[in-house]
Amino acid sequence: MNFLKRTVPLFIAFVMGVLMAMQYYVPHKLSQDLLEVITRWDRIIAGFAVFIGAYSLFHLHWTRIKRKIEGWGYSVFVFFGATITLIFGLLNGGKFFWNDKQDGTMFDWLYYYVQVPAGATIFSILAFFIASAAYRTFRARTKESTVLLIAAIIVMFGRVPIGNYISQYIPAVADWIMAVPNLAAKRGILLGVSLGAIATSLKIIFGIERSYLGGGD
Amino acid sequence: MTVLKKIFFIVTLISLLSFSATSIISAQPSTFLIPPTEFKAFDTPNDAGEAISLTWSASPSDASDVFYVIYIDKDTNGTFEREAIRIKSNTSYRTSAPEIYGYKKGNGDYHYVQIFPSKIFNREAPGQKQVYYFKLAMVTDDTKITLDTIASASARGNWLHTKKINNFVIMIMLSTIILYFIVHARRNPNMFLRRIGGLDAVDDALGRATEMGKPVLFVHGLTGMGSISTIAATSILGRIARRIADYDANLKVVNNDPIVMSVSQEVVKESYLEAGRPDAYNPDNVFLVASEQFPYVAAVGGIMTREKPAANFFIGYFYAEALILAETGASTGAIQIAGTDAYTQLPFFITTCDYTLIGEELYAASAYLSREPMLLGTLRAQDVGKGLLIVILILGTILASFGVEYITHLFEAF
Repeated sequence: MNFLKRTVPLFIAFVMGVLMAMQYYVPHKLSQDLLEVITRWDRIIAGFAVFIGAYSLFHLHWTRIKRKIEGWGYSVFVFFGATITLIFGLLNGGKFFWNDKQDGTMFDWLYYYVQVPAGATIFSILAFFIASAAYRTFRARTKESTVLLIAAIIVMFGRVPIGNYISQYIPAVADWIMAVPNLAAKRGILLGVSLGAIATSLKIIFGIERSYLGGGD
Repeated sequence: MTVLKKIFFIVTLISLLSFSATSIISAQPSTFLIPPTEFKAFDTPNDAGEAISLTWSASPSDASDVFYVIYIDKDTNGTFEREAIRIKSNTSYRTSAPEIYGYKKGNGDYHYVQIFPSKIFNREAPGQKQVYYFKLAMVTDDTKITLDTIASASARGNWLHTKKINNFVIMIMLSTIILYFIVHARRNPNMFLRRIGGLDAVDDALGRATEMGKPVLFVHGLTGMGSISTIAATSILGRIARRIADYDANLKVVNNDPIVMSVSQEVVKESYLEAGRPDAYNPDNVFLVASEQFPYVAAVGGIMTREKPAANFFIGYFYAEALILAETGASTGAIQIAGTDAYTQLPFFITTCDYTLIGEELYAASAYLSREPMLLGTLRAQDVGKGLLIVILILGTILASFGVEYITHLFEAF
């Protein structure tokens, strides 16, 4: 059992890890074909995984309805939404699902006039959250937050026409802040991230980090 | 009569001279098109074997209304009627291909193009040994000069990308350093490790959740298992789940990717098993909430406001949802610990969370929490790697300041 749960996955991780790392340095067609095959496998696995995800989702919400857990009414909407989407998807505008997908059907209508606006609504909340987060951050309680406040004010004014109206130097200073200190910090983070990613990859390839398999060792 | 003859002779002479002059002027463009030289073809290096490169010297006649046309044929004695490419004569120089010609000053004096014969011949499988022949012509609206030179080459796939050797060498160097410190850490397990506030606070957050009898919410980012951030996140989840099992607290893991969900279920289950509490594991606590970005935000936000978790962990790669999630969590009064390598979202997490693991700290978390010597060795290796990079950056800055850009190009990626 330990062989199947530990040794085999670690062996697969090692072989595939080394193979795909080397693939990056080999431009030959065989190497490109290998990458394509692996990518296709990934897509096939992801396709089957959707069923696992759907089972998890429905099982969770069915349990919530069955046990009348607080907010169980929202779970009814999950089934309602999934059912009508499935029905209209199968109907395919009267041509049924065994034909090519038709345009302008109720299935499209649900996507364009329900899902997209609902998503946009959630996204629009971000504007208010940015304002409240900015208020908390920009309170000049320490030296660091004072520097942040000043830099933020300059950059904000530099990005709108009124900044240039007040002084032509404001946009230039804003650009300098973004192109020099901001970019330097960003690159510093990226270099650290890259090193961390390499170290994590090696730990996984050589089986040193195994917690992603479950358990610590 | 004699006078009339003289006048007629002069008029005829002037007419003839004018006609000759006009003919000369109108013929000038064809005589002034100076053809290029050094027309060559060669297999494009470092490719899959689909492209052939062509180069020739720039001509003084190059202009926006003068074109270069390259004809292709499979036979050296062919008709060369098939047009492979047509470009304006003042475009496509070697400067556009630094991966082949580097950054030499003379690159602007030569044209360079790539031809994909399989596309021109409608994807006929030519075989690796098929030689293609090329002729170059210089064309204007009314003039065409074709060079006598016939260039030939065959496209071959390469087994090593020579321009990625720099990357390969750096990878081998860093890998050697990392593996050395892993072995070193086995012999010297008492390694100094700087404190990471966010990770030290994990125990406090879990303890608070246990005391309050409220759940701990672990929120994955939006990327799938193919992302190194998600792999790091599942490693951290395993460590957190182990402690939660010890504390007998309640852990909820929300996912937006079915594969990440399956891996997370297995990780949490194994952690509970390892802690000797397999009975406490509930698979319904590791679940998929939505596979789209904003439905995911809405669902997780709903869980936060309804169940009011005592601690929220946002670990992985996040996009625009980062601030909405973290701000909602902050409004419920939860202790929040975030860890991401998405630098665009870091400011939002720093603003709204109590502790934030910045960039590389996300990858260090698993080692830090487990305190396993071999894992800690990689942290020391990362620090050494950073030291090397700092030295190279300083050296590169000094050399570039004095006009020596060799070190800049040495690290260039193609």
